[in-house]
Amino acid sequence: MMSLAARLAGIVCALACALPAFANDLEDAAKHLKAGQHKQALERVNKALAAKPRDPQARFLKGLILTEQGNSKEAIDIFTKLTQDYPELPEPYNNLAVIYASQGQYDRARAALEQSIRTHPSYATAYENLGDVYAKLASQAYDKALQIDSSNTAAKNKLSLTRELVGRPSPTMMAAAPKEAAKPEAPKPETSKPGPEKPVAPAADASEEVLKAVNGWAEAWSKKDADAYLAYYAKDFKTPGTEARAEWEKSRRARITAPKSIAVGVESAKVTMSGAERASVTFRQNYRSDVLKSNTRKTLVMVRANGRWQIVEEKSG
Amino acid sequence: MRALAFLLLLVVSGAFAAPTPEDKLSRVFESIEGNRLDEALTRVDTLIREYPNFRLAHLVRGDLLLARSRPLQTFGNVEKTVPPEKVDGLRDEALARLRALRERPADDRLPRSVLQLHAEQKHVLMVDSRRSRLYVFANAQGRPKLIADYYVTLGKNGIDKARQGDQKTPVGVYHVTANLPRKKLTDFYGAGAFPINYPNEWDRRQGRNGHGIWLHGVPRDVYSRPPRASDGCIVLSNPDLESVGQHVQVGLTPVIISDEVEWSDAADVERERAALAAALEQWRADWQSRDTERYLAHYSSRFAAPGQDLNAWGAHKRKVNGAKQWIKVGLSRVAMFRYPRERDFVVVTFDQDYKSSGLSNVMRKRQYWVKEGAVWKIIYEGAG
Repeated sequence: MMSLAARLAGIVCALACALPAFANDLEDAAKHLKAGQHKQALERVNKALAAKPRDPQARFLKGLILTEQGNSKEAIDIFTKLTQDYPELPEPYNNLAVIYASQGQYDRARAALEQSIRTHPSYATAYENLGDVYAKLASQAYDKALQIDSSNTAAKNKLSLTRELVGRPSPTMMAAAPKEAAKPEAPKPETSKPGPEKPVAPAADASEEVLKAVNGWAEAWSKKDADAYLAYYAKDFKTPGTEARAEWEKSRRARITAPKSIAVGVESAKVTMSGAERASVTFRQNYRSDVLKSNTRKTLVMVRANGRWQIVEEKSG
Repeated sequence: MRALAFLLLLVVSGAFAAPTPEDKLSRVFESIEGNRLDEALTRVDTLIREYPNFRLAHLVRGDLLLARSRPLQTFGNVEKTVPPEKVDGLRDEALARLRALRERPADDRLPRSVLQLHAEQKHVLMVDSRRSRLYVFANAQGRPKLIADYYVTLGKNGIDKARQGDQKTPVGVYHVTANLPRKKLTDFYGAGAFPINYPNEWDRRQGRNGHGIWLHGVPRDVYSRPPRASDGCIVLSNPDLESVGQHVQVGLTPVIISDEVEWSDAADVERERAALAAALEQWRADWQSRDTERYLAHYSSRFAAPGQDLNAWGAHKRKVNGAKQWIKVGLSRVAMFRYPRERDFVVVTFDQDYKSSGLSNVMRKRQYWVKEGAVWKIIYEGAG
């Protein structure tokens, strides 16, 4: 969060060759912002915007400056328009959420963050912010349950503004995200369970095999091929609740064949091997059918038997 | 095909009874148990939109949101420093509601207490304090048929009321004595109130006091209250009170409050009813026979009527009966209920049509019968 200018420099340098004056203005604006000189920062960014009024970087920076100035109304306006013009960018949603949260509007903050994650399932800052927003919403719900005055819940929040507009999902973005700087490894979106399995250094080909199986499972589902889909479940698969296997299969079959079309995407998959025969795969499951869209976190526990990786446990949320 | 038939069944049954907020809460818990937390949150959101004052729903929603943020420790993960009984009250409510929905009495079971209803008593209300539940039975040719049941709040200090101010709900057989509409009450009583006749004859004889035990609704700002929260009244949510109110006949509808509704076979209930009915008929016949000693043999040595013990009662009857040339006694509109908590103890209420040489009168009468050895005897008799 502190070395904003340094990090911004990297982004704007690409533009410098094409439009030196514009780039200089942006860079200066970022420096002023870092120094807490909001007025000068705003002047500079407005100058840059005069040259390129629709430029997302400049608009994003202006949004940041206004946020730091406490001008939430205009900042919301800028970030909202950015989400409309660039719905694929997660950062404007995130910052919009931070402002909403600072106003105690946690429902709106939640909606914006969920949108941010939908556009960009591995966006760690949004995940962390969303965790905080959920906690705040939970606290409000408890207050309603117990009839406690919750007027002071807007008092403070520790949500992080995103300082940079990166645009495309890329490993460098993850590394550069301010919260991630301190973390030694790639972020996991949510609390990962300290399970009993010891992550053994996975043989590269084993985890690839597992991923292949997961993709095959998603593909069979997308094709509405219930037989192929069910074949990915091991004999001893733990059905939800106390449902008998036959009942479960029946309901799955019905669910899979009912929609006209299904597309299941597997995103940001992470394989954790426990030994050579057992693996746990966590990913974002992007499900779309003609009747329903959902994006959920899913974990499949898989075991290898007779050379095939099959699902023994399926957990979502 | 079978799936379709099932769906049709759901639609049809849905047409008869729209899901109550409690049904909807139960579906939220089903989603949670099925690990479909997104669905659970959607369902609880819908429930709260419809019933914004349903505090328990807010508690569940809090948990569902918090679960997205971090692992949960318990049900109702309130971290603020609030009196623990506030959260406990909601937890207890959740348990009571869920248990009631999951532990349904089998269709062929009858409440052991209801031995006989008379034709004009269209319904009987029974309160199961352990389950925080009020059951409504319809009178189906004299036999109780369960038609609805509701979550209820009872006294802060539980049941078995004995003293004024003990914040307990009485245990016994009562009936509704009045109908107080919303506009005559403060907001605290919500949609209305139905006072019951606590303390009844038996309570008074046991030295129990206090008054003002009502069935009533809840204030505007809540949907329901925790299971143990009233000063002794039986409290229902306003929509539930309104539903129950449709079945209440002032002066007629029995309200039986017990630790637990005891469920029994139709055959066992009938056996007990028949034994009581036979005893009652013998009492009537012996009275009519003017053989006063046979008549008095139906009375327990512990008998007492208002202002009279068995001796006074016997002396009076010997005098009156002896002077008659003839007596005719007709009984009608007979109702019989086993009394909760007491052993082999039955309240019998009937219209007594008394005709004799010299005097005739018709009155509503109440008797309490107790089984002594193998014989049913009268321990109290008075106007009903």
